[in-house]
Amino acid sequence: MSEATIYEKSVSGRLGARLPVCDVPETPLPQELLRRELDLPEVSELQVVRHFTRLSRRNFSIDTGFYPLGSCTMKYNPRLNEDVARLPGFAALHPRSDEESSQGALELMHRLQGWLAEISGFARVTLMPAAGAQGELAGILMIRRYHERRGDSQRRRILVPDSAHGTNPATVTMAGYESVELPSDGEGNVDLHSLRAACDETVAGMMITVPSTLGLFDVNIQEIVDAVHGCGGLMYMDGANMNALMGIVKPGDLGFDVMHYNLHKTFSTPHGGGGPGCGAVAVNDRLAPFLPGPNVELVAQAGADMPARYGLRMPPQSIGRLKAFHGNFGMHVRACAYILFHGDRGIREISRHAVLNANYLRASLQRSFKIPYPRICAHEFVIEGRFEGIEEVHALDISKRLMDYGFHPPTNYFPLIVPEALLIEPTETEDKATLDDFIAAMRHIAQEAREDPGLLLSAPRTLDISRLDEVRAARQLMLCCVPIPDWPAQG
Amino acid sequence: MSYVPHTETERQQMLATIGVSAVEDLFGAVPARHRFPTLDLPDPLSELEVQAELLSLSEANDHGQDFALFRGGGAWHHYIPSALGHMLLRGEFLTAYTPYQPELSQGTLQAIFEYQSMICALTGMDAANASHYDGATSFAEAVSMAVDVGRGRRNKILFSPWINPQYRDVARTYHQGRDLLFRGDESASTLSDLVGQLDNNTAMLAVAYPDFIGHIADFQGLAQKVHEAGALLVFVVNPVALGLLKSPGELGADIVVGEGQPLGIPLSFGGPYVGFFATRTRLVRKIAGRIVGETVDEDGRRAWVMTLRPREQDIRREKASSNICTNQGLMALAAAVYLALMGKQGLRQVAELCWHKAHYAAAQIAALEEDYQIITRPPFFHEFALRCPRPVSDMNAALRERGIIGGHDLGTEDPRLRDCMLLAFTEMNSREEIDALVAGLRELQGS
Repeated sequence: MSEATIYEKSVSGRLGARLPVCDVPETPLPQELLRRELDLPEVSELQVVRHFTRLSRRNFSIDTGFYPLGSCTMKYNPRLNEDVARLPGFAALHPRSDEESSQGALELMHRLQGWLAEISGFARVTLMPAAGAQGELAGILMIRRYHERRGDSQRRRILVPDSAHGTNPATVTMAGYESVELPSDGEGNVDLHSLRAACDETVAGMMITVPSTLGLFDVNIQEIVDAVHGCGGLMYMDGANMNALMGIVKPGDLGFDVMHYNLHKTFSTPHGGGGPGCGAVAVNDRLAPFLPGPNVELVAQAGADMPARYGLRMPPQSIGRLKAFHGNFGMHVRACAYILFHGDRGIREISRHAVLNANYLRASLQRSFKIPYPRICAHEFVIEGRFEGIEEVHALDISKRLMDYGFHPPTNYFPLIVPEALLIEPTETEDKATLDDFIAAMRHIAQEAREDPGLLLSAPRTLDISRLDEVRAARQLMLCCVPIPDWPAQG
Repeated sequence: MSYVPHTETERQQMLATIGVSAVEDLFGAVPARHRFPTLDLPDPLSELEVQAELLSLSEANDHGQDFALFRGGGAWHHYIPSALGHMLLRGEFLTAYTPYQPELSQGTLQAIFEYQSMICALTGMDAANASHYDGATSFAEAVSMAVDVGRGRRNKILFSPWINPQYRDVARTYHQGRDLLFRGDESASTLSDLVGQLDNNTAMLAVAYPDFIGHIADFQGLAQKVHEAGALLVFVVNPVALGLLKSPGELGADIVVGEGQPLGIPLSFGGPYVGFFATRTRLVRKIAGRIVGETVDEDGRRAWVMTLRPREQDIRREKASSNICTNQGLMALAAAVYLALMGKQGLRQVAELCWHKAHYAAAQIAALEEDYQIITRPPFFHEFALRCPRPVSDMNAALRERGIIGGHDLGTEDPRLRDCMLLAFTEMNSREEIDALVAGLRELQGS
């Protein structure tokens, strides 16, 4: 059911929260500085709770159903992690606390840095980036700083495969470099001829997602790394798909120089309707001096009657600070709990089963849908959301019809190099029965497309909402539910 | 231990469907010599043991439930209503992702739309985005937008030296790959010094309201001068102070950014927080990040959807104005729930309590001997800088013995403010706590 906005429920003069009576003598307010109006809603606490509870029920979520959104790793979010992040010793800890007042938090971050370095095979880790895209920016700025410090000023280009996530080329531009797109070959690997032709003394580095956004391990990964290193460039691994690699291969062992994690994906700190995330970055020794900071270091070893001591320190030639304070600490706590719970054996089970689930879905759907790269996949795979002879049906229609079957659709129209792409990532926490239900729904939809395509074109029909007019949203912009006072122009 | 649900029987059935005999057979494309490395990680723990381990680490911190906390400088200790936490723990909000499929995301979309509306109301702006990572990165994105509005021809950025130093650092980090000149904050320049540096190469001039040491400057007439130079006026604001103070919109701002943490988000050692970003209608198509707009569905029912999408990285790729993808969705929801619970009058009351407590403390401290000097000029909001008779680290160590977490050591970021601490006061500080702080300062003077 649609829900009125909180502003539409507002009644002038109604009070919500109650605050303590002022217990100090009052100081007169400076009248000339005060605002005359403040258009916030005036609602009761029950109204607020009912409003947001009702809104929540208009969301699909992992808690309510299968969410195979490719490249997003929508796995179960353990409730344990929510509880520990809310412990007062973490939640009420001020970020400008003195070192001696925050040893517990610093030790936690230090441990997490070490574990993330171990899982990825790198030397050092920063937990500062707030999301994957910020990790990418950090990585490319470090590559830039590395070349500058060597006096190598002719490098201005970063190679990016055409299957890359849009953040990669956007990051390259933000960092002041030129993005050069590399084509994929017919097998979904980077085209080696094009890569080798592009590699010269103007290449600062390459950004590549492993496994790729097609859900494939590039069989030439070693040759790619060698080609870029051979021309003096550095290798950035986009770790968005790290859920396929833990205990399978360490990117550092493959020769990468830097990578980012998405802790909200791989380590299940929840996605929260679009964030917060954490884009921890791991580097080898070559790039370690340039890490953003500050990061946690062990500043004094434990002694006979002294515990170890940790502190926040800026790396010597740091690219600088990426955000205020030291990262999304609440996400660090959740990731720490997740690794403690899984341990060495549990962590390796994650990637094995993520890949098992994806291949089971792929093998089960290959007769109903065209799979452009029909080989063993990693933790996700792409299908073509179209059918021969039924031109009117598109990937979007399959997605909307899936909603009628109670599933969240896969990622639509990404990667861009596959026509009508549907990118499917089941994750390791889904059981076989759920996967079987999804397979059955997809097969039904393929059959419906042939027999009664109108069912797809008019979907969704079982929700309290039909397809939205997105063009109108952009043409008749309504971004705000309150009229804004028209201030007299100032200059 | 793991959250993997498979039984051995199911695993075998699945492998048979795939046509391989073991899970390990799925990794043939990975170079053999690097395949299946050992992981030097601890042994798995039960949930009970994880809780005990993390409780023990958390208790090794001196936090705001055990101490009287007078620290601010970019994050502040405010009351968070109980109902707020319960809303955030709704799994339908917590475990959803970016509302790419609007039919399944109306809850998140409408909540963000309401958040945008409340941010507009607070700042006096026409449009807000769905959030940035924090106040500092919102500020860095304001620089991008100003340069973009100047079509790349204006590359001078003027910062007031009294903007949070971390924000200025982040802006410099973000833009180090571009040819920009950051000016204005190298010395103790005044507002008129800043205005004097405006020229036809200036993309923006940024001020803080209140500033980093709490002062509320008089910005009457500033917008006119900035606009005459063809630059944008950027305000960095504290949202609680806006419960009381004239909105930046009324003062002629073009972009307003700030840290949303005081709006119902725990201190949490620095994050996750939420950076808000608001601007004027004429600049809305230059905003980075997600924006939610109102529309209708095929049956004419009101609904919400992410809009102006062609600005974003997934579509515009290397031509996008920012690489932002994931934002701080759940934290924006927290701010929306907070502002709804507090409402027009509640937020004003919080702001007034902050004002009264800080001014009471200042009056008590001013009555001490001459060892202490309040550096921040009036009017100030809920923070002020205090010059102390000895190093701030010593002061804070002694205050900690008294159950008090004193002010931030300003000298760590600005040598001119050696021995100065930045004290912050909120509705959380009782008179008893403030009196204890003042008594502590009295005992520490002179000796």
